[in-house]
Amino acid sequence: MKVVSQTLYLCGRVLRNLSRQPIWIVVMVVQPMFWLLLYSQLFRRITELPGFGTTSYIDYLTPGVAIMTAFFSGSWAGMGMIEDLDRGVLERFLATPASRGAIVFGRILESAIVATLQALLILLTGILLGATNGGAVGWFVILLASFLTAAGFAGLSHGIALRTRQEATMIAVAQFIGLPLLFFSSLLIARALIPSWMQDLSLLNPVEWAVRSARGEALPGTDWGEMGAFLLLLAAFVGVTTSFATWSFRSYQRTL
Amino acid sequence: MDAIVVEGLEKTYGKDTRALDGIRFSVPEGEVFGLLGPNGAGKSTTVRILATLTRADAGRATVAGHDVATEAGAVRRTIGYVPQASGVDREATGAENLLLQGRLQGMRGPDLERRAAELLETFGLTAKADALVKTYSGGMKRRLDVAMGLVHRPQVLFLDEPTTGLDPEARAAMWEELESLAAAERLTILLTTHYLEEADRLARHVAIVSRGKVVVEGSPETLKRELRGDAITVEFDSADSGRAEAVARGIEGVHDVTPDGRRLHLRVDQGAQAVPVILAALDAAGAGVAAVTVSRPSLDDVYLHHTGRDFRADDGDRE
Repeated sequence: MKVVSQTLYLCGRVLRNLSRQPIWIVVMVVQPMFWLLLYSQLFRRITELPGFGTTSYIDYLTPGVAIMTAFFSGSWAGMGMIEDLDRGVLERFLATPASRGAIVFGRILESAIVATLQALLILLTGILLGATNGGAVGWFVILLASFLTAAGFAGLSHGIALRTRQEATMIAVAQFIGLPLLFFSSLLIARALIPSWMQDLSLLNPVEWAVRSARGEALPGTDWGEMGAFLLLLAAFVGVTTSFATWSFRSYQRTL
Repeated sequence: MDAIVVEGLEKTYGKDTRALDGIRFSVPEGEVFGLLGPNGAGKSTTVRILATLTRADAGRATVAGHDVATEAGAVRRTIGYVPQASGVDREATGAENLLLQGRLQGMRGPDLERRAAELLETFGLTAKADALVKTYSGGMKRRLDVAMGLVHRPQVLFLDEPTTGLDPEARAAMWEELESLAAAERLTILLTTHYLEEADRLARHVAIVSRGKVVVEGSPETLKRELRGDAITVEFDSADSGRAEAVARGIEGVHDVTPDGRRLHLRVDQGAQAVPVILAALDAAGAGVAAVTVSRPSLDDVYLHHTGRDFRADDGDRE
C-alpha cells in the first residue's frame, strides 16, 4: 500500500537524520540509564514499605523508567515537525502526491521506534542490575507498552505543534501537560501508597495505563485481563491522538 | 494547448489583505512564462494556488488540463514545485533528498537512481552528492532545489523566485542552467521574479503583476517595442517639477511624460536628438536640471508605463 511505503520512507528519513547526531544518541542512551541508576539508589529502601508487591525496587522501576523515557520521546516529537514547517520541508512534501497521513504517521512511527530501542537498553541495564521482570513475555510487554506510549504522546505533540507552530509555545504546553501526567501515576511509587483520590484520577492517565501494563508481569499474581485491558486502552489512546494529529494537519493546510 | 490557465483568481488573507484581485493569464505548452512584479504583488500566492498548496477564494485554474481545486492529486503528479523558501532537508545529503523526493512522487528502483544521478550531473552536484546539504553553498542548494522539482519528469515546473538571495555569480550560473533546461526538456516553466533582467533573459512571455492583477502581458520585446523609442529621465535640483511637466508635454516628439518625485520620465523617438531640445525648453522655462539619462527601453520602463509607479519603489515599500 502507498501509505505504508510512504510512511516508511518518511520515517526512515527522520531516523537517518537522527543517527547523524552523535550527541543526541549519547543523550538518548545515557539519560534513561542514568535515571535507572539514580532512582534505584535514591529509593533503594522504598520497597520496605508495604504495597509494592516486590522487594526488588529495580524490578519495580525498570518498566517505569522505560515508560517515562517513551513518554518524553513522544512529548517532544512535535519540535521536529515545527522545524520541518519553518524550513519549508513540509510544504515541499505537500506539493507531491504523497499521502498527507503518511507525513504524520512517519513522524509518529519514528518516535515509537526510538522509544522501543531506548526501552530495550533500559531493560538490558535493569537486567544487569538484577531485574527479572518476569522473563521474555514481561520484556515483550514492556517494549510494546513503550512503543504505544511514545506513539500516543507523539500524536498529541504533533497535533499541538501543528496548531501552535511555535517552539516556545510548544515547550510550555508540553511541560504543562507532561509533568503532572508523570506524577499522577504509580510510575515511581506503589499504587497502594498513593492517596485514593489520586488513584482514581490516575485511571484516566495514559501514563498509568502504560505503567500498569508494562509492570503487570513483574509483580506476583499477574492479572492478564487487567494487563490486556490497559494495553487496549493505550492502543485506543494512540488511535485518538493520531487522529488529532492528522486533523490538526488538515487545519494547518487550510491556513496556508 | 495551454499548460496553465488562470481565470480570475481571487484570494484575501485575513480580513483585508487582498493578495489576488482577479488575476488571469495562460501559458502555452513548452513555454517559459515569467510572472514579474514587486514583492507582495501576488506572484507567490498565484504559484501556491497552482501547486495546490492553498485555495483561491474565487476563480478557476487548470494545470496540464487538471483543475487545481478538484483534481489536486492529478495536478501534483504533473508538476514540479521549487518554493521560494527552499525546502531541502539540510540534514540529508543531496542524493538522499533527490531519492526521497522521487519516492514521494511514486518512482522506484533503478529508474529513480538513474534519474537522480543524471540530475546531479546536469546541475554540477555529482562531487557533492553524498555531502550533507548544510555544507552546500547558496547556489548549490538552489540548484538542488531545482533538481528536486524535476526528478519525476514533470510537465510543468514552477520556479518561485529561483535566484533571490543568490550572489550575482551564482545567479548568472543559475540562469544558464535554466536556459539549457528550457531548451533540452519539453517543459512548461512558470517563473516568478522581481528581477526585471531575469524575466527579460529567461521568459518568452511575461505578465507584469501589480496588486493582485495582471497589468500587461506579452513578450519582453513586444512590451518594450510598444514603448516607442528611448527613455529619458530628467532629474531636477528641487522638487518643483510641476511646471517642467507641462513644458515637457508641449515638446514635439515627446510621447510620454510621467512625473516621479524630483524626476520626470519621458519617452522619445530618438534620445540623442531629443535631449538638446528638451534641455533648451526646460532651461527656457527656468527649471534647474541636475542630471539627464538616456536609455533603451527596459521592462522597468514597461512597469512604470503601465502602473505609473517606479518598480524599485514598489518593491522596496513592501519588503
